[in-house]
This record gives sequence, C-alpha cells and structure tokens, in this order.
Amino acid sequence: MAETNFDVVVIGGGVAGYVAAIRASQLGLKSAVIESRGTLGGTCLNVGCIPSKALLQSSEAYYQTKHKFKDHGVIVEKVGFDLGIMMKRKDGIVKKLTTGVEFLMKKNKITYLKGFGSFIDKNTIKVALTDGSEQTLQTKSTIIATGSEPIELSIAPFDEKQVLSSTGALSLDAVPEHLVVIGGGVIGLEMGSVWARLGSKVTVIEASDSILPMMDKDVIRTMKKVLAAEGMEFHEKAKFTELKKSGKKLTVIADKGGEIVSIDCDKVLVAVGRRAFTKGLGLDKIGLAAEKNGKIKTDGHYATSVPGVYAIGDVIDGPMLAHKAEEEGVACAELIAGKPGHVNYTAIPNVVYTWPEVASIGINEQEAQAQGIEVNIGKFPFAPNGRAMAMNETEGFVKLLADKRTDRLLGAHIVGPSASELIGELAIAFEYSASAEDVARSVHAHPTLAEVIKEAALAVDKRSLHS
Amino acid sequence: MAFEVRFPVVGESVQEGQVYKWRKKTGEFVKRDDVLVEVETDKATVEIVAEAEGTLTINKNEGETIAVGELLASIDTSAKAPVGAAAVPAAANMPPIPSAPAAAKSAPAVDPRPQSPAVARMVAENNIDTSAVAGSGRGGRVTKEDLINQQSAPKAAAPVAKAPAVAAPTPVVSGERVERREKMSRLRQRIAERLVEAQHNAAMLTTFNEVDMSAIMDLRKRYKDPFKDTHGVGLGFMSFFVKAAVQALKNFPAINGYVDGTDIVYHDYYDIGVAVSTERGLMVPVVRDVDKMSFAQIEGAISEYAKRGRDGKISLDDLAGGTFTISNGGTFGSLLSTPILNPPQSAILGMHKIEDRPVVVNGQIVIRPMMYLAMSYDHRIVDGKEAVGFLVKIKENIEDPARLLLGV
Repeated sequence: MAETNFDVVVIGGGVAGYVAAIRASQLGLKSAVIESRGTLGGTCLNVGCIPSKALLQSSEAYYQTKHKFKDHGVIVEKVGFDLGIMMKRKDGIVKKLTTGVEFLMKKNKITYLKGFGSFIDKNTIKVALTDGSEQTLQTKSTIIATGSEPIELSIAPFDEKQVLSSTGALSLDAVPEHLVVIGGGVIGLEMGSVWARLGSKVTVIEASDSILPMMDKDVIRTMKKVLAAEGMEFHEKAKFTELKKSGKKLTVIADKGGEIVSIDCDKVLVAVGRRAFTKGLGLDKIGLAAEKNGKIKTDGHYATSVPGVYAIGDVIDGPMLAHKAEEEGVACAELIAGKPGHVNYTAIPNVVYTWPEVASIGINEQEAQAQGIEVNIGKFPFAPNGRAMAMNETEGFVKLLADKRTDRLLGAHIVGPSASELIGELAIAFEYSASAEDVARSVHAHPTLAEVIKEAALAVDKRSLHS
Repeated sequence: MAFEVRFPVVGESVQEGQVYKWRKKTGEFVKRDDVLVEVETDKATVEIVAEAEGTLTINKNEGETIAVGELLASIDTSAKAPVGAAAVPAAANMPPIPSAPAAAKSAPAVDPRPQSPAVARMVAENNIDTSAVAGSGRGGRVTKEDLINQQSAPKAAAPVAKAPAVAAPTPVVSGERVERREKMSRLRQRIAERLVEAQHNAAMLTTFNEVDMSAIMDLRKRYKDPFKDTHGVGLGFMSFFVKAAVQALKNFPAINGYVDGTDIVYHDYYDIGVAVSTERGLMVPVVRDVDKMSFAQIEGAISEYAKRGRDGKISLDDLAGGTFTISNGGTFGSLLSTPILNPPQSAILGMHKIEDRPVVVNGQIVIRPMMYLAMSYDHRIVDGKEAVGFLVKIKENIEDPARLLLGV
C-alpha cells in the first residue's frame, strides 16, 4: 500500500514545485509531488526555457556559420540545416533534464504521483492518476505550484498547426515562410529569432508603445535595431483585431492607430502573455478563489488565506520566471519547516535570449524617473572591448544606474554577447547592496566581456578608463 | 548549533532590565568570556559575557526592556573564527601598493565584518570606525550607502544650537523652541522611586554642625607622600570621615540600625556606603567592615569604587546592604545641603566643601579651613539628642584625629 500521509504535498511538478519538494525533504518533511504532464520540470523544462534555448542555440549556430564566419576568415561553401535533427536534439535535452528531475525525487525520497491533484479539503488531496485510478492523500501542508499557461485569444484560438502558442512554435516540422508574432515580449522575440535565423520572414505586432515594454529605453532602441537587421519587422502600437483563414493562408489584421494593417502569412504565434493556471484545482472546496488575473493571493510568506495551504511560482504574484519560482520553492519549504525563508525580489535578473542577449536587474531609467529617484548613469559599449572585437560581437552596452547620493546600485541593463552570464556578477552585487564603486574596484580579468561592466561602473563616477 | 544567551538572574529583586549597550554586533565572532552586552537593572549595570564561542545574533536592541530568562542573543557555535590573523601575512606578501599600508595603519581593525572595496576605500581615506555603524548589507555588512547615510545624518543638535549662542550672547529665540522628551533609564527611575520613598517613609530631619579641618589638613600634608609610598594609594579626607563615623556609630547604635515595621534592627558591623556620582547617576557602593580596616584599605576601596563607577562596572553585590552612608557634596562645591536617606538606613552624613572662614578660637578671630557637616536621620529611631551627639562626636574626631587612634 502506497504512502498516503504526508507533511507536505506539492501540486505541480514544475520548477517551483519540485524544488519545494526537494527542500522540504531535505528539512526532514515527508513530501509528495503531483504532476499531470507525465514529466517533471513544468513549462520551463518541457515547453519553455530549455527547449527554446536549445533551438536558439542551434539556429544561432546556423546563422553564425552562414553570415558571420566569413568575417573570421572561415569559409563554408554550402551551409544548410536539418530541422529534424535540431528538434531531436532539443527533445533529447528535455528528456535528459526531466528524467534527471525524476531521479532527484527518488534520491530525496519524495513520492512522485503522475496525475491531476485537487483539493477535497485543505488536508485531503485527490489525485486522478494518469492510469485512470484515483488516490487520496492526507497532508499537513499543501503547496499550490500549478504554474501558468499561454493566454489564448478568442479571435485566434490555438490549433498548434497554424495558430501557435509558444509550445507549438517549439515543435514545427517545417520552417514557416512568414511568421507573424502577436506580442513583442520575451517569448515572442525569442521564438521570432529562432525562425528568423532559419529563414522565416518574421513580423511582430505589439500593442504597447514598443517591443520589450518593461525594458530600459536604451535596451529597447538597440534591440529594435539589431532584430531589424536580422530581418524582423515591427508594428508597434498595433492592436491585433482579426485573423482571416483561407486554407493554408492566414491574414492578420491589426489596427495601428486607425491605420489598418493586413499581413499575409502562413503561421501566427500568439505570445501575448501567460495566465496563472488553477483550473480543476478545487480551490472552492477550501474556500479559496483565484484573483481576477487568475493568480492566488498570498501574504508575502506564500501562505494563502487558508491555514496550511501555500502557493508559489507563476500562480502567485511577481514575474513568471523559473529562477523566481525556484527561489520561492526553497523559501516556502523553509517557512513550512519553521525556518526564515526569504526571496529578495529586488535582485531577480531578467533575461531575453535573443542574440545579442538582453539581461537586466533592478530598475530601469524610466522607472527611476517615474519614482523620482535621482541616479547617476554609467554606460559603456562593447565596441571598444578587446574580447568583444575578438569574438566579432561588438553590439550592445552595459548601463548601470546608481543612487546619486549613496552610489548604491539600483539598476543594471546589458545588451550584448552572453549578457545572461554577465548579469550574474551584478546579481551578487545587488544581493550585497553594493555600490557602483564596489564593482569598479573589483578586479576583472582581461580581456573579458565583463570588463565592460567595470567600465560602466567607472562611468557612473565619470571616470571610465577606455572611453 | 545555536547557543542561547538569556538574561540571567542577577539579584533576588531584579525582574527585568533594559539593554543599555551592545559591545558586540550581530554577525560578529565572539569568544568565550567576551563581554557581549551591558544590561541596566534597577540596581546596577550587569555585564553579560559569552559562554560560548561563535557568531552573535542580537535579539534585543539597545533600549529594549528584557525580563529575566528572556532571550538576549544567540551564538552560532558552528561558525569558525575569522581568519584575520592568517590574512596579515598574505597581505604582507602583496606588492607594496602605497595606499595599503596606510589603510592598515589608520583603519581601526576592530570591526570583523568583511568590507567591500568601496567601504575599505572610505575607511582608509576618512579613518572611519565602522564598528559603530549598523550594517544594512548581507550578514550585517556595512555598505557604502550605510557610511554615506551615516556621514550625512544630522549631527547631534548641540553644536548647531551653540553656534548662534556664541554669535549673539543675548538669547535670541529664532525658529522653534525645542522640547525634548526622553525615557528615564531604569537606574534613574529607580533612583527617583527610592528618593521619594525615603521622603515618604521616614520622619526625616537634618542637623548641622561645622568642623575645623586644619588638624586633618596638617596631618595630610605631613604624611601624604610617605602614605602614598607605603600604601600605593593617596591619603584623602574620606578615610578620616569613615573612621570618625565608625567611632560615632559605636556610640550611637540606633544610627547604624533601621526600622523594620515595629522592630528596630541593630547591626554589630559597619558597612558604609560612599555615594559616588557616575555618568549613569548616583550610586552608593558599600565599603564593608570598615571598623576592621586601615586608613589605607579604606582609601583603596573608595578609589577602586570611583574607578569602577567611571567605567560603569559597579556590580549589584557592591551596592547591596550598607548600614550608614556618607555623601560628599563638597566635591561639587556645595556649601551646605540636606542629604536624603538611603532607605532603609536611618542616617546619612553629608560632607561639604572646605572653605577658609574667620572663626573665633580662644577669643581670637582666626582663619580656619571650615566644612559644614549635615546629618539627615530618621527621627523615628534616632532622637535629636543622639543625632546632635553623633555629629559632635564626628566633629571632635576630625578636629583632633589623635582620638581616632586612641578610640576616645
């Protein structure tokens, strides 16, 4: 007879959920995790961060070979790609990682139930197992980690053949001729990049003032330029109003401030955001209701209004990021175990895996202005950096915002090669409440891309050395 | 493992105290027997020492009230001692960067918290002691922001207020007149309570006399140096008064006793409290069995208390008991005052300043160094006749110190 009594039951085996289960188990709590997908790792490992990065890397390799190798003097006569191999490689990585997580469950003696979990009451969880049977668990604490799903538009419901969600856009069997991306956010631009590099014409339709609306204005300007050079076309302040279908041909209609834009294409990717997923969870059984945006309200310590029921990850407030979810998983388990778990929400990096990449942490220039925070700005480009030149990747810059009076770092924005890796240094600086001077006085290896961060830190005090 | 530092039982009547000053900071590595914190109680300031080695986490901030048994701090005993000592030779091996030795010299290296590069620069340039700065960074680290905020924080109002006073001697009220309200320290509260209690509970009366100090001053002048050489402690007036008081108390035992309900409690020992003024208020440490002590021992005991009073190290034990008290307002220039009883004691002798005054001796007006004496007493057990007799006895002993030697 399988175990049915637990200290902690986690509903949802995504990054938030499985990490919470591991941490809970480490702290001596008997834990179970319920996941209906069939594999662990959630959106991130299965249909998000990981497969998209696999395709971004493959497509970038092709793009580099085709367009940039010749600058290095590397002559490749005939460059081609096999989409099937690319997809297989991607699937292989996903499989390796998700089975790896499954192994972690075993290693940490966590009960992993393949099925759909829902509340009977706050201490009783029903699991509709994928094999058709049903199981009931008793638990002291429950963590809701059910994540999110792509927002579907009524004017363009997903069929994952022509009208794609991010999931569908990751498993096409042929390169679209013309892909229209609705939504110029992170997901739209990353998937747009993949297919643009592989030869699609990509048109992005964004309702707000610009693509990447959350980013620093300098970042936006540079990215627009870079992506346009890659062949992407942007329609900003454009509202997607209608999708016309005739056989294989699609026509996207958008209203661009009164001007009607009509774009013929063969695929549409709807990437207008994600919505917290709580369907079928039985929240009503425990007297809990999701908020208007679908999210579950917590008290800042992941506790819902129902004692013993917690929520973490995409299903609660905050950015829908795997690393945020992971930290919440750890903190929530620690809090349940009576320890002081904590996540520093001011120091969460945000990355866009285009090429060059975009990475940021803290506030941007517009936010500083809006909040009336006086800042000193230090900005330094990659162009004069020796390593960037050697790499033939001189596009981009590092921009740092520091408090005018105290020099404390408040924001960091990078557009450039490996920005996702470079931001790590600044995340640590933020965690340690560092000043720009602290970064400027830290020795950076030469020649590296990271030297640009140091120069930007010096530039905060208007004393960069190489400009 | 966390070792808990709780506020211990420091005296029977002490139920709670107030955290006066942390000597160590959160995140600091403390060694066994390091003084962690001073806690002020009704009676005295108690030093709490570390009973374990490790990293300190403070639970009660300065100014907070703490009950006996409550958690003051915890010590993470799993923490390793900082490798400060080991870092020095490593630094010595580094190439001679001009600023580094200067930094090492000027930086008060008492703060064990790691410094970021910018903080290290500011410390070296401005010779800042960061140990007093509350760190807002990880693990209590001081950030550049903390230092800048501290430097730009409004300095104590005093110098600002002084400036206009110098410029314009006539007090011109410019701007707002500030009223400042501060919570009394527990010690001050207790002093206040006890003084009012003394006023209310005894039939207090004061009698005066004056004493010609020439004999003692002559004696002191003559023997000051040999006394110091022999005993290693200066010869003051206090020992004479203590000795004189003991002899007088022997003659008037009620003055050395106290009223307890309907009983009178007499003492056949002489523990004399000597009032000392400290930064934190008046304290009356007790010199015990003074009848069995030499002049040198008495002087030694008093100077030790004075020193401990300055350092805030007078303990509860030092203050307990006492059968009679001597208070010297003369050190502050008081000509005459009426001391207030130190309950439950029945009497207190007040000494005052020595002043050359014309007095009549053997029909002649002469100049003599005179001191007024005052004795406040509890009239319930001490009659006026006794009180006056007691003070006369002291006067005789001081004016003719040979009596102290002969016991007459």
